[in-house]
This record gives sequence, C-alpha cells and structure tokens, in this order.
Amino acid sequence: MLSRAGTGKTTPMSVAAGKVSDSEKQVSTSALLDVRDLSVSFRDDAGWVQMLNNVAFTVKRGETLGIVGESGCGKSLTALSVMGLLPKRGCRRTGAIVFDGRDLAALGESGMRQIRGRQIGMVFQEPMSALDPVFTVGDQIAETVRTHFPVSQREAKERAVEALASVRIAGPANCATQYPMSLSGGMRQRVMIAMALVCEPKLLIADEPTTALDVTIQAQIMELLLELGQRTGTALLFITHNLGLIAESCERMIAMYAGEVVEDGPVESILQRPLHPYTAGLLESLPGRRAPKSRLSSIPGRVPSAREMPVGCRFGPRCNYAAAACQEPQRLRAVDDRHVRCVRASDLALAGAGV
Amino acid sequence: MTAIAQKPAMVAVPRRSRASRFLRWMRSDIRAVLSIGFLLLLVLVSFAAPVIAPYPPNDQNVSLLLAPPDAQHWLGTDDLSRDVLSRLIYGAPNSLYASFLAVFVAVLLGVPAGLVIGFVGGWFDEVASRFIDALLSFPPIVLAIAVTGALGIGLTNAMLAVGFTFAPFLARLVRAQTLVVKSALYVDASRGFGASTPHIIWRHILPNAIQPVIVQVTLALAVALLAEAALSFLSLGVQPPSASWGGMLARAYNYIEIAPEQMYAPGMAILLTALAFNALGESMRVALDPTMKRR
Ligand SMILES: Nc1ncnc2c1ncn2[C@@H]1O[C@H](COP(=O)(O)OP(=O)(O)OP(=O)(O)O)[C@@H](O)[C@H]1O
Ligand code: SF4
Ligand SMILES: [Mg+2]
Repeated sequence: MLSRAGTGKTTPMSVAAGKVSDSEKQVSTSALLDVRDLSVSFRDDAGWVQMLNNVAFTVKRGETLGIVGESGCGKSLTALSVMGLLPKRGCRRTGAIVFDGRDLAALGESGMRQIRGRQIGMVFQEPMSALDPVFTVGDQIAETVRTHFPVSQREAKERAVEALASVRIAGPANCATQYPMSLSGGMRQRVMIAMALVCEPKLLIADEPTTALDVTIQAQIMELLLELGQRTGTALLFITHNLGLIAESCERMIAMYAGEVVEDGPVESILQRPLHPYTAGLLESLPGRRAPKSRLSSIPGRVPSAREMPVGCRFGPRCNYAAAACQEPQRLRAVDDRHVRCVRASDLALAGAGV
Repeated sequence: MTAIAQKPAMVAVPRRSRASRFLRWMRSDIRAVLSIGFLLLLVLVSFAAPVIAPYPPNDQNVSLLLAPPDAQHWLGTDDLSRDVLSRLIYGAPNSLYASFLAVFVAVLLGVPAGLVIGFVGGWFDEVASRFIDALLSFPPIVLAIAVTGALGIGLTNAMLAVGFTFAPFLARLVRAQTLVVKSALYVDASRGFGASTPHIIWRHILPNAIQPVIVQVTLALAVALLAEAALSFLSLGVQPPSASWGGMLARAYNYIEIAPEQMYAPGMAILLTALAFNALGESMRVALDPTMKRR
C-alpha cells in the first residue's frame, strides 16, 4: 500500500502522464518555475501601494528552494501570485510567471484551475482552518482528485486513502472518515500535504507549513515534506521566516526584504559568507545551526511601511553599513555565485553562521 | 488488496456513526423528541384524515348550530353545524401545506439570493442589501396583503405571498453567513486545489453557512402557520368550504360573544404546532451550535 502510493505513477495519474511527458522533455533543461519581475500592488483609500517589487527567482525540477524573510516582506504574496490566488479586486500584478514553459500570468482563471492542485500543490500555514469542517478528510482529498481526474467516487476515495498512507498516517482508512475537527494540528498538516500531493504536482509550495505546529511536530513535518519531495521528484518552494529550517533543508534560497529579493544563491555559501547585510542579520539571529528556534529579533528597527519606502536601499534605515552610495535605488547584481541587492556587497566582509 | 478490505469500512463507518450520533442527541433532548413526535403525528393525521375523521368536513347537521362538545361531536359543531373535530383533522394538511409552502418559497428565493449577494460582495452587495432593507421595512402583513392582491385570493397565493415576505429575512441572514464563511481559509485552500467558483459556493460555502438558516426555517414554519391564520382572518387565505385552522379561527371569531369555546380547538392546534416548530428550532440551534464541539 505504502509502496504503491509511493511509486504513485499508477492509476488515475497515468491518464495525464503520457501527455505531460513530451513537454517535460522539451523544457527539461530550463527551470520548472521562472518568476520574472513580479510586482504586486494593492489599492486602498489612498491609492495604489506596491507590495512586491520586481521579485525574480527560479525553481529547478525536483529542487528545494527556500524563501526567507521577516513577517510582511511579501513571501505569501509571492506564493499566491504563482497560484493566481491574489484578490481579483483592488490588486494588480505585473511580470511573468513561467511554469513548465507556460506563462501563468497570461493564463485565464479556467486555465489556472487546471494548474492548481494538479501541477502546483500548496500547503497553507494554518492547518487548523485550511480544511472544511463539514466534510471528512477523505471526502476532501477525493474531491481534489475528482477535480482533476475523471475517476469514480470510489476510485477517488481509494486514492485518498493511499495519499493518507503516503504521508504516514497510521490507519489511513479510518482517518479518511474523520472530520478535521477531531484531528490534531500535526495530523491536519499531514492531511493537507496528502491533499496537495494526491495529484502528483510538479511543484509544491509550502507556505510556513510548520509555523503553527509545536517543535517536535515541526521536525516530523519537515522531514516528511523533504522525503516526499525526493521520492516523487516534486520540486519544493519552501517559505519560512526561520532561516534555520532552510539551512537544514534547502539547496538554494532567496532572502526577501520589504517586497524585494535581496539575496539569492546556494544556501551553503550564503551561510558561510552572506553578501547582504540583511541576510547577515538573519544569520546572527540563528542561535546555531543545530537549534533553529528563534524568531528574527536581532535586527534592530522595523520594516518601513509600503507607503514610506526609502528611495535608496530599502534596508538602509536599519543597515549598519549604510554609505552615500546607498541613497541610490539598489538593483540586483550578480556577485560570485549569487545575486545581491547591495551596492557594497563586494567590499563588506560579513560574518557567516559559526558552524 | 488492502484497499479492497477497507472499502466496506469506509462506506459504513460514517453512516453508522451519524445514526448513533442522532440517537444520542435524541436521548439527550426530550423537548426535541416531543416536538418531532407531535409533528410526525400531525403528518400522519393529515394523510389519514378521511379514515380517522368521524364525519366528512362539510357535512351539516342543521339541528346543531354552534353546539358545545358532546358524545357525537367531541369538539362541538360550528356556525354551519359542521363537526369541529373533523374540520380540525381535515384542516391539518391544509395548514401544514400552507406553512411549508411559504417557507419553501422563502428558502428558494432567499438562500440563493443571500449566497450570491454575500459571495459577489462589493457594490453589488451594497445595492442588493439596500433593496433587502427596503423590503424589510414594510410590515410583513401589509406586504403579504399587497402580494395576495396582485396574485389573487386563495390559500396557495396567500402562502406564496407570505413566502415572499420571509425571503428577505433569509437572504439577509445567508448573506451575513456567507460573508463570514467566504473569508475562511478553507475556501481559499479549495481554490488552491483547483475548485471552481460554483463548486466552492455549493460545496463549501453553502454547507457551512446553512446551519443558522436551518434554525430560522423551523421558526419560520411557526410564523407561517400564524400568518395563515392572519390572512384567513382577512379572508385572503383559505376559501370556504375548505378547512384550515386559520380559517376556522377566523369564523369562530365572529361568534366570540355567543360561543367563545369555538376558538379553543383551532387556537390550540395552531398554538401547539407553532410551539413544536419553535421547540424544534431551539433544539437544532443548540445541537448545531458551532461553539459546542461537533460530533
Ligand atoms: N489583500 C491584501 N490587501 C492589501 N494588502 C495586502 C493584502 N495581502 C497582503 N497584503 C500586504 O502585503 C504585504 C506582504 O504580505 P505577505 O502576506 O506576503 O507577508 P509574509 O511575508 O507572508 O508575512 P508573514 O510571515 O507574516 O506571513 C503585507 O504588508 C500585507 O499587509
Ligand atoms: S546598499 Fe547600503 S544600506 Fe543597503 S544593505 Fe547595502 S550597505 Fe546596507
Ligand atoms: Mg505569510
């Protein structure tokens, strides 16, 4: 049962598998997800405010990319933009989101429905409220299967039970008959993961999947996500404000600040030698790579509000290294193996995480 | 292989537990059991009226006008010398029909309207809500009289009218619930799994928004019963010689000076049924209260 769910490429999925594989070959060299110049603005009483500013990153096939940043820096907005789940009214999105060779930004709502849950799965931060209280979890997972595959109710339910087994829930058939209310937070998050992966998407977006859980459960869920990612070849876009979790789980990461990407590169080398003072600040707040617990509290000052963004470097007001050149707007530039949004990146010698 | 073994369990378990949950609820709530029992009895009486009624409803026995109860006529006779008990029994289906028709119309109009208004939101909500407020500012009975006037007199039309006047109440309630439910994370989440808007409204918002509506519906059944009496009182409801409780009450009212006991039977029937609907609504409110742990 477990192994069958694990290999996964069996039953209903094989329907679409043949179709997908051609395009996979075509673009297998390029990135799975390529976000370019993504900007998002919201309108309120005082007019438009920009919340994301030219965010750009890529996720390769099967790769795990971490996005880290303080609360409010736009991590969730980035995820929602990719999913096409931004509010329809009072919200403007520009830029390109190329997924598997197609620009999602140009895709209509019905096109996006084919992508969501099928090609891109998403796990939300709040497992307590992300499941509908009036249906059993088995029904909800089966519903997702039936949204994307022309299978019978019974087959969908079997798929749901298999999916629950694959996230290592003991007694999956029994769990499928439970209402979310009767499950613990950790169990619900497992159910969410099962639901996000039941259609075997190519990309899984996990937006702070462990933040609402207690520490021991957090570790289990992280382990599960990484293991499932590896086993099924699903790429993982992992969003967190906890750099420690990224250090343990990702190959590449981007750091976001005030709606911008400020640093982008391999986790290992960023941890050894951060190039952006903000990333260095995040690293300082790590008590040590073995105990990733603290919230980002060590950087003094606060994120400027979107209406009062500094003209120059957005991190300037909080930066210990600010100089005259920082008054200019900063652009992302390539330095060594990464991209950094800091004019002084090459002349600063910032401390890495003491390993 | 394992999946096959699990299949029957998957199907059977929720059904059994739902039934046992229901039984447990019944045992813990005597009021609900009594009111459900009473209402079931009424339904039974309605269907069996020709069998159990001692006389045909319009049979006249001219020697007995407004007679008090005796061995032949347990509840006496009315102003046209018809057996009151028989008319009460024949009136039950009419009164229940009236009450359910009105509420059915109200639900049919009010629930979808509330769902759409709440879901679409924005300026559409503003405009539609103003319109609902305007409808609600009319006294319902005046509105019902106006609608009956437009549709024509008769029990069915009268109750359609009552249904129209209830609809805005339900629409407002459902709209408010929809506003709460649509911002729940599981609604966004199901969109994130590829669900379409109609699917989300039907499968996620409606089931979550409907609980207070179910309670209101049982209460509305009671109010509709009283409205039937009121409209029959104004001769807008059931037309003679058909029997309905409201109609009987209206007739009896004309003889209140000489035979006040004429009002007791239909009055009690209306009162008890309305109380039963109300008690059922109360019990459902408690049983469905989301703050009390479900299951
Ligand atoms: N629907 C919306 N309307 C207006 N502003 C919004 C909306 N959604 C998000 N924002 C704003 O966009 C900014 C970025 O929000 P986002 O949720 O992406 O932050 P985040 O990095 O995910 O933070 P957290 O760690 O707290 O989840 C915030 O300042 C938030 O107030
Ligand atoms: S550009 Fe200047 S202010 Fe901004 S992070 Fe770099 S050093 Fe600090
Ligand atoms: Mg967030």
